Amino acid sequence: MKKITWLIPTIYIVFLMLPIYWLVNMSFKTTNEILGSFTLWPNNFTVENYVTIFTDPTWFMGYVNSLTYVTINTIISLLVALPAAYAFSRYRFLGDKHLFFWLLTNRMAPPAVFALPFFQLYSAIGLFDTHIAVALSHCLFNIPLAVWILEGFMSGVPKELDETAYIDGYSFPQFFFKIFIPAIAAGIGVAAFFCFMFSWVELLLAKTLTAVDAKPIAATMTRTVSTAGYELGLLSAAGTLTIVPGAFVIYFVRNYIAKGFALGRV
Amino acid sequence: MSSITLKSLRHSYSPNPQTEEDYALRKIDLTWRDRGAFALLGPSGCGKTTLLNLISGLLKPSEGQILFDEKDVTRLPPDQRNIAQVFQFPVVYDTMSVYDNLAFPLRNRKLPEDELDERVQQIAKMLSMQNQLKQRASGLTAADKQKISLGRGLVRSDVNVMMFDEPLTVIDPHLKWELRSQLMRLHQQVGFTMIYVTHDQTEALTFADEVVVMYEGQIVQIGTPEELFSKPRHTFVGHFIGSPGMNLLPCEWSEGAPVFAGHRIPLNKNLPHPASSNLQIGIRPEFIRLASEGIPAQIRRVDDVGRYRIIKAEVGGTNLNVYAGEEVDIPSDSLHLDFDPDHTHVYCNGWIHEAKGQS
Amino acid sequence: MINKTNNQKAWFMVLPVLALVAFNAIIPLMTVVNYSVQETFGDNLFFWEGVKWFEEVVRSERFHAALGRQLLFTFLILLIEVPLGVGIALAMPRQGIGVTICLVLMALPLLIPWNVVGAMWNIFALPDIGLLGKMLNGVGFDYNFTQNPFWAWATVVTMDVWHWTSLVVLLCYAGLRSIPDAYYQASKIDGATSWQVFRYIQLPKMKRVLTIALLLRLMDSFMIYTEPFVLTGGGPGNSTTFLSIDLVKVALGQFDLGPAAAMSIIYFFVVLLLCWVLYTLMMRNETN
Repeated sequence: MKKITWLIPTIYIVFLMLPIYWLVNMSFKTTNEILGSFTLWPNNFTVENYVTIFTDPTWFMGYVNSLTYVTINTIISLLVALPAAYAFSRYRFLGDKHLFFWLLTNRMAPPAVFALPFFQLYSAIGLFDTHIAVALSHCLFNIPLAVWILEGFMSGVPKELDETAYIDGYSFPQFFFKIFIPAIAAGIGVAAFFCFMFSWVELLLAKTLTAVDAKPIAATMTRTVSTAGYELGLLSAAGTLTIVPGAFVIYFVRNYIAKGFALGRV
Repeated sequence: MSSITLKSLRHSYSPNPQTEEDYALRKIDLTWRDRGAFALLGPSGCGKTTLLNLISGLLKPSEGQILFDEKDVTRLPPDQRNIAQVFQFPVVYDTMSVYDNLAFPLRNRKLPEDELDERVQQIAKMLSMQNQLKQRASGLTAADKQKISLGRGLVRSDVNVMMFDEPLTVIDPHLKWELRSQLMRLHQQVGFTMIYVTHDQTEALTFADEVVVMYEGQIVQIGTPEELFSKPRHTFVGHFIGSPGMNLLPCEWSEGAPVFAGHRIPLNKNLPHPASSNLQIGIRPEFIRLASEGIPAQIRRVDDVGRYRIIKAEVGGTNLNVYAGEEVDIPSDSLHLDFDPDHTHVYCNGWIHEAKGQS
Repeated sequence: MINKTNNQKAWFMVLPVLALVAFNAIIPLMTVVNYSVQETFGDNLFFWEGVKWFEEVVRSERFHAALGRQLLFTFLILLIEVPLGVGIALAMPRQGIGVTICLVLMALPLLIPWNVVGAMWNIFALPDIGLLGKMLNGVGFDYNFTQNPFWAWATVVTMDVWHWTSLVVLLCYAGLRSIPDAYYQASKIDGATSWQVFRYIQLPKMKRVLTIALLLRLMDSFMIYTEPFVLTGGGPGNSTTFLSIDLVKVALGQFDLGPAAAMSIIYFFVVLLLCWVLYTLMMRNETN
């Protein structure tokens, strides 16, 4: 019995790791080895693919672009979501429930629906092919999510905390920044994690809203698939590198993952 | 029904305990007689819940034996021990009705439905929950949920020992008293052996025939509430029980008697010379009288708590509490104190200092 | 639950969120609605068409087919991912270093850009150079996901299971962790079997997170675009063309703005309707 329960997660993790392993494996092979023979690990180990990526600006600027708009998006989402989540968790106001529900429906809007109108909208206001355009467009689904998560964590903080602070003579901004934000630090971390995650993995909007200057790494890769066709080693190396920031972020929040997925509400 | 014997019981949560500190429970020897009501009293983290879980079989002890009557149950799983346990937070099966909750342990023991129905109805009546049997358990109040937890133990005719782990923690104060008296009535009616864990001295003292006081993984005293009050075996017991607790005054030993702040304190017995110089005099506020002569003290404050007053006094830099009845005139600044020799104890390294052969 | 006080000024705190989301949601939606009732021949010339595009889309077999594929796909992945996720969450270690290892490794697929997921599976499944393709052919299957619709489906579904089951696992695991030990202890004393522990303790306590997991997976699987697009391009033929892929083909590929816009709106309402139905069902259960 004990053995079986140990076996299930192990098999699952092996299943998860296999395609990743294959990607990493490919990234260290030469094109000749990939096309010429089938090998379980690189026989002619090479870092040539990585060298190409780090020396060619069209490749590595993709990373810079992606990280830039993801960071901008996370900051904007958190900044506006914090006061809103506080309002939802502490106050009753006209239309609050409808507003909350409406926010969440935006999480349900298929990006494909928005691709074309976004293209026109951001072109019209002259933001096409900028980092800020992608960051703003990702707010569509990240702000509702951040509000939702933060509201959950904030509702877990007793209202007495607010009241005690006011009695102690704190003004609202003082209270909010000195007491309240530290009290929900874990929630902010979790919300940031989710904002990062959804902005980092989204491609359809990011690709639609950029051409050259703000092109995300993921879009650079798509181009390679279609034009260069069989530069699989390079593609794999680029793909491997896109996993790295995610792994890094997960490692940071590893102790909050379980709590984070409870969204502060369980 | 059965008595419980614990023999050299020790438990550690770490797999390889090195020092005494690694043990959550350090060597417990104890016998609880059949049908008694016993309380386990102590502060959080003293090991009382660990002890309870060892008896119920939720934990396996690192060393030692547990006997129910003469039968060794140390290695038996919980469902074969004929015990029931009520936890701090009410445990009910949310999706089941009250009836199904109560029937659950019986169904798992394959009792015929008609017999089962009879038992459940009977217990529901005892708990005065007959009208709620059809209700879903998730919608009940904390107090009702706790009654169901209790009921799931009571329905089983095989239960010899009922264990309670601070069961009134989440109950509203006005219901606490009601639930407690209901529990005591049930105990007399059904006659199970009852073990009640609490950190609340009032709960323990009103409930139990015998109280076991635990501190840092060991038993510091076993006794009736009266014994714990009048003769604490350890300074912890003196301090923990009573409100305020026992006054503990640093002292020296001179010519067969303790000396506190330059005053010889008379005792009602002759004591040998103590083995250590770490000595304290223990005397409860109830046994210090105001007198015209005796130990001079300064009054720092007087708290009126209703039927009596508590004087916070100071003698040579040591604070102590003194009870004063309504009728006593309290002088404004200084007074003299008189210690009742019958209730004055000496503690050496925390343990009571006694003549050999006395207990 | 917190007692909330009435305070209309709270609107000011919500205003930035409202402005940003409205900018991103309402203006584009208006554009879509606008297109959906007009015909254009370029040069910004538009003609009022009423509900013509809606009728066309609702009647078109192409839309029916895409919707059918979408429903089948969503049904399949929910059927696999939810029980699998629950099972894995139950089998996960509760303490020690194993927990961290499991959580970190399991969360990894969730943070890989979606087209990389598609590309990775493409490389993994290619019959000539992919590990999976080579293995399946090696044991005698005639595996080729670019030619054979059945294998294309199998690969797309497996990829989604690979990509998203962890979300269900992590949500359920969080739910399981919130169950106090006393429940397990009480059930042991009551003599419950492990099935009963699951049925009467774990499952009811996981209901909230399972609702969230189901809703998220339902929504996201309905919006799926990038991964299957990169993996199969919607093919072979149209066999893995789901709603989003079809929509983008119509809108950006053929530039048929009217039909695409009408389709978008219908599509959006289908998602909303499904979520609303599921949400109400779950909530009704909860209040009972």
